[in-house]
Amino acid sequence: MEALWLSMKLAACVAAILLVIGMPAAYWLAYSSWRGKFLLESVVALPLVLPPTVLGFYALVAMGPRGPLGKLWVTLFGHGLAFTFSGLILASVLYSFPFAVQPLVASFEGVDRKLLDASAVLGAGGLRTFWRVILPLSLPGVVTAAVLSFAHTLGEFGVVLMVGGNLAGVTRTVSIDIYDRVQSLEYGEANRMALVLLVISFAVLSVVYAVNRRVWTPWPAK
Amino acid sequence: MAGEVNATMLTARIRKKLRSAGASSFVLDVSIEASPGITILFGASGAGKSTLLDCVAGLAQPDEGRIVSGGDVLFDSARGIYVPAPKRRTAYVFQTLALFPHLSAEDNVAYGLRNLPELEKRERVGAILKAFHVEKLRKQRPGEISGGEKQRIALARSLVTEPRVLLLDEPLTGLDAELKAAIVDDLRAWNAAKGIPILYVTHSREEVDALGERVIALDNGRVVSAGAPMEVLNAPRRKKLAQAAGFENLLSATVLELREADGVMRVRLGESACEIEVPLGYAAAGSRVQVAVRAGDILLATERPHGLSARNVMEGRIVSLEQRGTMVIARVDGGVSFVVHITPGAVRALELTAGRHVWLVLKTHSCHPVD
Repeated sequence: MEALWLSMKLAACVAAILLVIGMPAAYWLAYSSWRGKFLLESVVALPLVLPPTVLGFYALVAMGPRGPLGKLWVTLFGHGLAFTFSGLILASVLYSFPFAVQPLVASFEGVDRKLLDASAVLGAGGLRTFWRVILPLSLPGVVTAAVLSFAHTLGEFGVVLMVGGNLAGVTRTVSIDIYDRVQSLEYGEANRMALVLLVISFAVLSVVYAVNRRVWTPWPAK
Repeated sequence: MAGEVNATMLTARIRKKLRSAGASSFVLDVSIEASPGITILFGASGAGKSTLLDCVAGLAQPDEGRIVSGGDVLFDSARGIYVPAPKRRTAYVFQTLALFPHLSAEDNVAYGLRNLPELEKRERVGAILKAFHVEKLRKQRPGEISGGEKQRIALARSLVTEPRVLLLDEPLTGLDAELKAAIVDDLRAWNAAKGIPILYVTHSREEVDALGERVIALDNGRVVSAGAPMEVLNAPRRKKLAQAAGFENLLSATVLELREADGVMRVRLGESACEIEVPLGYAAAGSRVQVAVRAGDILLATERPHGLSARNVMEGRIVSLEQRGTMVIARVDGGVSFVVHITPGAVRALELTAGRHVWLVLKTHSCHPVD
């Protein structure tokens, strides 16, 4: 159960961080007219196609005592980043980035441009337009982004193994724990944990689809 | 005195190259002035009307030019001035209205009033909702509000901020004439006190007639004429404008001879032998022109008329008669095909039927050569 708690904590932190940094990133991707935008779109989508071990490997190298991030971290906090919970969060943020950004971009792009023009003509600058118009009209996308990045982080395995290792209470998440138990032939225990993860994932995805089907909606659809 | 006028005037000189959907690029190149009251921007779709409004509002940037509203320079390419849209104090009602779907009518209207104390904000919103007769819809969201009332709320939302200019991009499309007139009356009543220039874009001839006042006609990115509606729309100089202004007959013709002393030229219609006399246009003998004629300006006679001042009398045959409301649309073959509007009474009195041999009578000044 310690592993499950750890996974939930990790997923919640990652989802929160991704919402905060995902919004400006998604805003830029949705509205920039820069011609080289496709390059950054590709970078954002990379974690979708890269094996988690590749991403985990680069993250580990960067975080290691001789990597740039690791060195910076040591100077700032006096200890390394690899095999810590913070390191895990950082790597997971990278890994789940597209799961937060892509739904946000899609919903920002779905907001009628004329509404943005109307807002500007009524005296609102970019930030006010974002808070008063874009964000309220993108709520389903925000929920989707939060839920997907939470669920995706909850289920990750490769990146955690590379960057976090397997330290009980620090970096041993559910997926690692399940793998451990299967290795040591504790099938009953593994089954229990797997089932819990399955149920949580199903519940979480149901939320996403319900929101996008407008089963619940914050304002009348028409 | 000149300062007095400039304090409320809108002047815009705009040059902007646009990439249109078609192959050729399109250049908007206009210079307009609007004094307090309604100025209509009239033209077929694609004439550049909406782009012109976008430039005035700051939603599009001209390549070159100068825009001055109420004495403030909003844009000046020579001096590098570009005031962004939120700071222009121009109100803009789009064709789609663009009401915020997640906000109530009241919150939509209050959107542009952010630096006011809550109480004053509520008072101003209440007052303008009342002026436009939609105060009972305060709490409703746009999705729950009918067409004409949405237009009223969009107008209220734009005007509550006390703008210096109001831009309207076909805001009343899709409403019936009575509703339109009622909304325009409310708008006029509001502007009687405020006296700001209103640029009203439309491609509908009926709206021009209903709104009256001053018309600026645009075609293909240029101002082709400006003045009172009668002057502008009754003598169109461009083909697209003639179509938009309701000239049912647009006949292609070849110029045969110019008679400058009489102010007329003789043209041959289409490939027919039919020759008519029309006012002088900017054309040389041998060149091709279009001649616009209103269907209501053509007379039909069952015998060859004598002793008329009208210079153009042609023989023809009725191809079809079609009654539409209290008007009969006759198609007459007089070498080229004419559309003629007559009354049902005339059809009965002259016993007109399809196939009947008739004479078409056309005054010289009912024929308008267009480019």
